[in-house]
Amino acid sequence: MRRNLEAIWLVARREFTDQFRDWRIVVPMILLVTLFPFIADDTTRQAVNFMNRFGGDLILDNLVPFAVLVIGFFPLSFTLVVALESFVGEKERGTIEPLLSSPLEDSHMYLGKLLVGITTPLVFSYGSIAIYLFLISRRPVEFPSLYMLALIFLLTFAHAVLMVSSAIVISVQATTIRAANLLASFVVVPVAFLLQGETILIFWGNEDVLWFAILAVTLLAGLLVRLGLAHFRREYLLGREIDTLNFKLIWRKFKERFVGGAHSVVEWYTRELPVTFRELKRPLMIVTGLALVTVIASYLWVVFNVPHYVNLTPEIKNDIRTQLSENITRLSSLGEELPAHLVFYNNARVMVISLLLGLISFGTLGMTVFLGNMGLIGGVLGAANLVGYSPLLTFATGILPHGIFELTAIFLATAAMLKAGALLVTPQPEKSLGETFLLSLADWFRVFLGLVLPLLAVAALIEIYVTPELIKLAFPFL
Amino acid sequence: MIETNDLSKQYNNDFWAVDGVTLNVQPGQILALLGQNGAGKTTTVRMLTALLSPTRGWARVAGYDVTKNPQEIRSSVGVLTEQHGLYMRMTGIEYLDFFGKVYGLSPVARKTRSEYLLEYFGLAEAAKRRSGEYSKGMKQKLALARALIHDPSVLLLDEPTSAMDPESSRLVRDEIARLRSSQRTIIICTHNLAEAESLADYIAIIYRGRILLKGTLDELKRAVLGPVEFEAKFAEPFDVGELELPEGAALVSRSGTSLRFRVEAPQMVNPRIVHALTSRKAPLVSFQEVPRKLEQVYLKTMAEAQGVTYAA
Repeated sequence: MRRNLEAIWLVARREFTDQFRDWRIVVPMILLVTLFPFIADDTTRQAVNFMNRFGGDLILDNLVPFAVLVIGFFPLSFTLVVALESFVGEKERGTIEPLLSSPLEDSHMYLGKLLVGITTPLVFSYGSIAIYLFLISRRPVEFPSLYMLALIFLLTFAHAVLMVSSAIVISVQATTIRAANLLASFVVVPVAFLLQGETILIFWGNEDVLWFAILAVTLLAGLLVRLGLAHFRREYLLGREIDTLNFKLIWRKFKERFVGGAHSVVEWYTRELPVTFRELKRPLMIVTGLALVTVIASYLWVVFNVPHYVNLTPEIKNDIRTQLSENITRLSSLGEELPAHLVFYNNARVMVISLLLGLISFGTLGMTVFLGNMGLIGGVLGAANLVGYSPLLTFATGILPHGIFELTAIFLATAAMLKAGALLVTPQPEKSLGETFLLSLADWFRVFLGLVLPLLAVAALIEIYVTPELIKLAFPFL
Repeated sequence: MIETNDLSKQYNNDFWAVDGVTLNVQPGQILALLGQNGAGKTTTVRMLTALLSPTRGWARVAGYDVTKNPQEIRSSVGVLTEQHGLYMRMTGIEYLDFFGKVYGLSPVARKTRSEYLLEYFGLAEAAKRRSGEYSKGMKQKLALARALIHDPSVLLLDEPTSAMDPESSRLVRDEIARLRSSQRTIIICTHNLAEAESLADYIAIIYRGRILLKGTLDELKRAVLGPVEFEAKFAEPFDVGELELPEGAALVSRSGTSLRFRVEAPQMVNPRIVHALTSRKAPLVSFQEVPRKLEQVYLKTMAEAQGVTYAA
């Protein structure tokens, strides 16, 4: 352990020394970090004056925490260059090979660079925030609570880890500094959007809600660090000199994986698809377990908490039942108002969106969509219980008939998405990150085209033409 | 010691950068790997340093397998890379100290080795200057010092004297020769044929990833250029007439003042040729081997590999 820490520190210390000897890095950083708090302070003064004249207490109360968040982000975005060029810069200067030929382990080099990449922006970020806080302490504005400041400091830290770990992944994968700098937009822009979301939480939410943001960003940052470590290979840094987009090769690899050794559709279904299905065993178990927990938790939450917010008097329950019976009478014409193909299209689209979200977040955002749906099922069953209907009967008639197909399809697609996300953050000794991504995508499409789409098509037909009839049969009193 | 068998590396599933390289270099020996740019020399060295994994075949370096013990190999090997790879904002002494730490040397060993190497390569006075201010040759010497900092048992040197002035090149060659005498195993990749000729015990010529030729210098000369030639020079134009040559000797060319023979076994045949000439009262001034350079061997081998005629 101590040996590992020493090796990481050795790499990091050299980097620190190197960058602080370069005035072209140090001077702009110090200037920007020092100037920006003064600009922000002046903006705060003018905003306060404006709001004192024309109103806007909500903004006024949260202006300083918002400014602190932005000031913290600003140095992170321009010091990102340190992390971006950490590996690819050494490769371009030819200094990487002696380092790679040394007995340093991959993790020593990676974590050493990560440490520098995170520390430098954080020092400037916290420094900038400190200057700003000092400046606004002299102004007649409400100084944020220590709790709020601690939350923002933690959030800034999580942002730094997220951005730097992404930048280092880019640095390992890119072949030139120019390419790495171009790819930096894929780090800065999403984090800027994230910042906007967090600003909304600061202005309109409870302070404590920021914990969720911290947790989510930290989780994503952790997965990115894992991704970087999993795909950091000496060979990869030296083996490629030029990156060219070889669409033919990409398509060939995708097709090979998708088709496998099958010569006909029947053979593909009987021989290839079962192989992929077997590989989904573990993700399916995880997805099923999480779905069950979410449905039950959501059901219990609705049953026990909703009565605290809504006073469900017998009159209100009757009103809800009346509304429901009106809706049920319209179910006969559901096929005209909502054709089955639209339901199918919508469900298929959600699966694709879930995959895309999963791929950019290593499965986490895709899982969020899935668990959101499961939470909805639990909530509907809990609501049915509250208004006096049997949740089991509601499930058996309203969800299960088409759910047998639809839920199976959703579970399969989500498991395949989770597997693809997990593979990205798992070391693949013989495959590059791009190859892993491509093969995971081919596996997902196998499941999607071979199983999910047919199941969703059947589910849509049942949902529109069979489920309404079953509901009418099960609830004749409505 | 370095031992490889069918060592091969394929890129992108279609291009073999190294194809079936089999080598054996014992401690105290130097192998010079010759070849054009892109022939596979650097890829071979990278596989021997466990930086690239072989697609086929195996290699053992300093007793370790390149795929199973990469860490041990990196600890035992000193590598001089194609580019010097110096950190330009570090001073010479800082740079060696850094790599001393990377190789796990104690503070005392780092100091001793760094000072010795800086002194040996004539960099002691520039030790506290940033390497970015060094000349090309000084940078190359510092890079070589880095490769030697941990006193490795195996050395893989890519163009060790490139960009050096003649004195520095001589210094480096002397150091390499000294390392050989201290039982190091050394591979040099070079385009400098004179250097290979003067240093190497064995030479391998690599072309498009394949070893075309390997052996000692004499073996290569014999294999490529044929048997040794000797030249008899006369003090004045002399007609030897029909000279009866001993078995194993053939007259290759003649001019008024010289004769050139191809000889299979010089120890046996040469005294008899000299006897034949002197018995005819030839005004013999000298009888010596015609110098043949590695360059001829290399160029002829390359020309044959490329299917073009070799112009001697």
